[in-house]
Amino acid sequence: MAEVLERVTKIIVDRLGVEESEVKVEASFKDDLGADSLDVVELVMELEDEFDMEISDDDAEKIATVGDAVNYIQAKQ
Amino acid sequence: MKLTGKTAIVTGASRGIGREIALELARQGASVAVNYAGSEAKANAVVDEIKALGVAAFSVQCDVSSSESVSAMIKEVIEEFGQIDILVNNAGITKDNLLMRMKEDEWDAVINTNLKGVFLCTKGVTRQMMKQRSGRIINISSIVGVSGNPGQANYVAAKSGVIGLTKTTAKELASRGITVNAIAPGFITTEMTDELNDDLKGQMLQQIPLAKFGEPSDIAKVVSFLASEDSKYMTGQTLHVDGGMVM
Repeated sequence: MAEVLERVTKIIVDRLGVEESEVKVEASFKDDLGADSLDVVELVMELEDEFDMEISDDDAEKIATVGDAVNYIQAKQ
Repeated sequence: MKLTGKTAIVTGASRGIGREIALELARQGASVAVNYAGSEAKANAVVDEIKALGVAAFSVQCDVSSSESVSAMIKEVIEEFGQIDILVNNAGITKDNLLMRMKEDEWDAVINTNLKGVFLCTKGVTRQMMKQRSGRIINISSIVGVSGNPGQANYVAAKSGVIGLTKTTAKELASRGITVNAIAPGFITTEMTDELNDDLKGQMLQQIPLAKFGEPSDIAKVVSFLASEDSKYMTGQTLHVDGGMVM
């Protein structure tokens, strides 16, 4: 969990230009971290590259918070 | 040479306007993936002509109306070239008929290749272009997509749809450095237009202020402009290249 969260957090900080302290598990990409729809699409693309997995469009649509992303990745690994 | 070091995919590049677009991009220095649906020998001839110019090229078979086929093509181009700077959505077919006689399969075939194909290829390259933070998408519409044309309900609907798709894609991708523009060719002499009868050609000529039909190179030069830095402040536009037929 810790390692996945750390890697996900780094990508979010780089991509969205937010502070690491803002990236909480319950934080919503759009509502709390200032991402627009396209930012979320890009985040998912980067997660795919970082964790070497394919995230289908259907699954990607369900990823709304930092926790959603971490849980999804852990379940797939 | 305006496009040195760039890489391009041109759909429907084995013949007609697409062939000339592929050659013109290559003359400007771009490496070109020459897409074809069925004419492998003609596509390979285009590849040979491009290689003779000293830039890289290869042919890639793909039915643009099939998402699997498009995914495979994009993957192959990225493996071959490492990047995709330019996509020219040119592949198109016609199945003309009066609305009252048009069969459902004629409608579907034209919409699938000419409109859905643009959607699929655009979606396919967007991931790569977003990562690059740059890209040029050029859609070949048609002047009849603006004016309408009897006997071409399917073709006109698709080409008009391409103009709307161009505007939306331009708005969605602008923040990522990707521009999307369309060209609406008028009457360009190709195999596709050779099939029209002389009466119709005569009538059309009367509607063209510049009083002649266009050549594929007239379109290819504008594609080359839209693919280059010269057009960097343009997006979402449809350029009429039609001798002044529709203003």
